[in-house]
Amino acid sequence: MPLANTPTSVPVLVDAEKCIADKGCTVCVDVCPLDVLRISEDTGKAYMKYDECWYCMPCEADCPTNAVTVTIPYLLR
Amino acid sequence: MQSDARMDEIRDGLSEVECDVLVLGGGTAGPMAALRAKKKNPKATVILLEKANVKRSGAISMGMDGLNNAVIPGYATPEQYTKEITIANDGIVDQAAVYKYAENCYDIIQELDRFGIRFQKDENGEYDVKKVHHLGTYVLPMPNGETVKKALYRQLRRERILISNRYMATRLLTGPTGRVAGVIAFNTRTAEFIVVKAKAVIMCMGAAGRLGLPVSGYLYGTYENPTNSGEGYAMAYHAGAALANLECFQINPLIKDYNGPSCAYVAGPFGGYTANSRDERFIECDYWSGQMMQEFYQELVSGKGPVYLKLNHLQPETAEHIEDILHKVERPSRGRFHENRGTRYAQSMIEMHISEIGFCSGHSASGVFVDDFARTTVPGLYAAGDMASVPHNYMLGAFTNGAIAGEDAMGFADGHDFESFDAGDVAAEQTRIMAPTTREDGLPPNQIEYKVRRFVNDYLQPPKVTAKYEIAQRRFAEIRQDAEERMMVRDAHELMRAAEVWSILDCADMAAYASLYRTESRWGLYHMRADYPERDEDNWRCHVLLSKKDGEMHCEKRDVAPYIVPISDEEMGAYYRQRITATA
Ligand SMILES: Cc1cc2nc3c(=O)[nH]c(=O)nc-3n(C[C@H](O)[C@H](O)[C@H](O)COP(=O)(O)OP(=O)(O)OC[C@H]3O[C@@H](n4cnc5c(N)ncnc54)[C@H](O)[C@@H]3O)c2cc1C
Ligand code: SF4
Ligand code: SF4
Repeated sequence: MPLANTPTSVPVLVDAEKCIADKGCTVCVDVCPLDVLRISEDTGKAYMKYDECWYCMPCEADCPTNAVTVTIPYLLR
Repeated sequence: MQSDARMDEIRDGLSEVECDVLVLGGGTAGPMAALRAKKKNPKATVILLEKANVKRSGAISMGMDGLNNAVIPGYATPEQYTKEITIANDGIVDQAAVYKYAENCYDIIQELDRFGIRFQKDENGEYDVKKVHHLGTYVLPMPNGETVKKALYRQLRRERILISNRYMATRLLTGPTGRVAGVIAFNTRTAEFIVVKAKAVIMCMGAAGRLGLPVSGYLYGTYENPTNSGEGYAMAYHAGAALANLECFQINPLIKDYNGPSCAYVAGPFGGYTANSRDERFIECDYWSGQMMQEFYQELVSGKGPVYLKLNHLQPETAEHIEDILHKVERPSRGRFHENRGTRYAQSMIEMHISEIGFCSGHSASGVFVDDFARTTVPGLYAAGDMASVPHNYMLGAFTNGAIAGEDAMGFADGHDFESFDAGDVAAEQTRIMAPTTREDGLPPNQIEYKVRRFVNDYLQPPKVTAKYEIAQRRFAEIRQDAEERMMVRDAHELMRAAEVWSILDCADMAAYASLYRTESRWGLYHMRADYPERDEDNWRCHVLLSKKDGEMHCEKRDVAPYIVPISDEEMGAYYRQRITATA
């Protein structure tokens, strides 16, 4: 059975202007307990790759440039 | 820089390392276990293996609001605490482990203090302990609770504990005599395997937090940190260890949809309480117990729900002060949730609900069976924290029993050499885990997980009905077969999710099996069996131990160890007298 592309809106936003992943930062990717953040090959910035978030906020708290905003996942907002 | 596609690419690999003491899970109990083991023998090697990153993993990833069960001289004695916990657990408690915790936890508070974690003191410099429990006074606020993880991490670095982040343990290795020999784990970003040989292993892998499905339907919107998907329970089971009282579920009173604590432990001392939709208080005590949850449930089915946390009768400054505490430390996104809904504590009550089920001794009593040295029934294997059977253990219990486990495990390691194991077991485990990578096409793990957990809600959520439990067992078997034949993944991250599906299925099966075995009702809502509504002291004043025997699930009764702290029948019923009769 082939897979479909069902979209979901992710709860964690990264401000590309502020993110310094292109300078080697991976802090948010490193600390996330669910391991759902990655650095994009296309943009060189952090983004949420997997919609599996506990809205716990280490990514936001530990980001050195305040680039991350955690919102509440839509299903429970 | 390792960019995204490469990072999750599935690679082949198997390496082997060895250590004296191996700690699985670096949340709360794990770091303390590792530190204490190393302190006992500074020359020994201690490895701390963690599925996430020790810096920010586990239930306390952002911090904690307070100690829920501190036994502090001048406020409470180990005798009083042991009595309270025995009563809260309907008598099914081996008191030795609870008593030992109560005796040791004050030293641990002081140790945490030395690590830089502070606890609230009054104007006289005494610990400012609050009464939340039904009988005694045990809750101690932590004004800088957000520093817990950082403080622990500093200690781990200082003591040169070897940390392996992003490794998910999946099976314990045991030797010919049944003794523990090590663990097999895989890297959650590359799928490469590692075998860690160890003389003693301490499991600190937290609750089984992804068992029931939250009402929101969001798989990760759980009360527990969803990284804790129940491997601790599943691995102990497959290694032949006994698990205790799995039918005593964890079910919590939470903020509806948000699914985090509401949190009466913080609000209670300021005058907040749980109320029904008529604004009436219906329980005297907001301490979480099965009996309290039963009253909560009764209120809902009697048509007086929803149930709320009520703070809007307090002075606005007080309500705002509570918001300030609750929206900063433990679950800081709580403020954002309320903001979206326009809920201000000073103005409106906060809607609550009954959570999905899970296993957790931190809050309830379902865990891998351990004695007062944190030893499981498998030689060389220890368990501490939410996954070990010491009831209502909370954060300070995880720290204290982690320390007890670390010390005893190092003693064991010092007296033993490595246990041998069968290389065939490693190969078999690699094949089992990697199976979903061999398929081009099939069922993704998230769909399988959703289905198991939805059936857990439909059929296992109390009140427990025999016929529904039997349907659940059939459904779980069908889903297991689907997973065996058709589960497929595309990258290493999905492989972690697939491996978690097996733990969730194992826990669902154990929850059903243990619940059917105990043919009485006990622990209020936690084990409310519709077909056996009464407590049966003659036949069931005992533990139920579940284990794997000849490849099959098996349950047996085990006597409660003779009490150290005697309790009269009159006292034993105290937790059943929580309802405020005036509102009935
Ligand atoms: C939202 C919330 C609020 C709470 N509030 C309080 C409070 O105010 N006061 C209080 O005293 N207690 C509180 N508790 C309870 C307390 O936090 C827990 O009892 C305690 O932290 C449990 O510690 P632990 O070490 O058993 O589990 P955790 O700290 O959760 O650690 C388990 C670790 O195991 C890792 N792990 C899981 N599976 C694997 C695997 N397969 N391989 C490797 N590693 C793995 C996880 O990533 C995690 O780091 C709260 C709990 C929650 C969830
Ligand atoms: S922590 Fe902040 S700066 Fe660093 S990669 Fe993440 S978003 Fe970018
Ligand atoms: S909120 Fe928590 S789970 Fe979500 S991305 Fe940030 S660290 Fe990860």
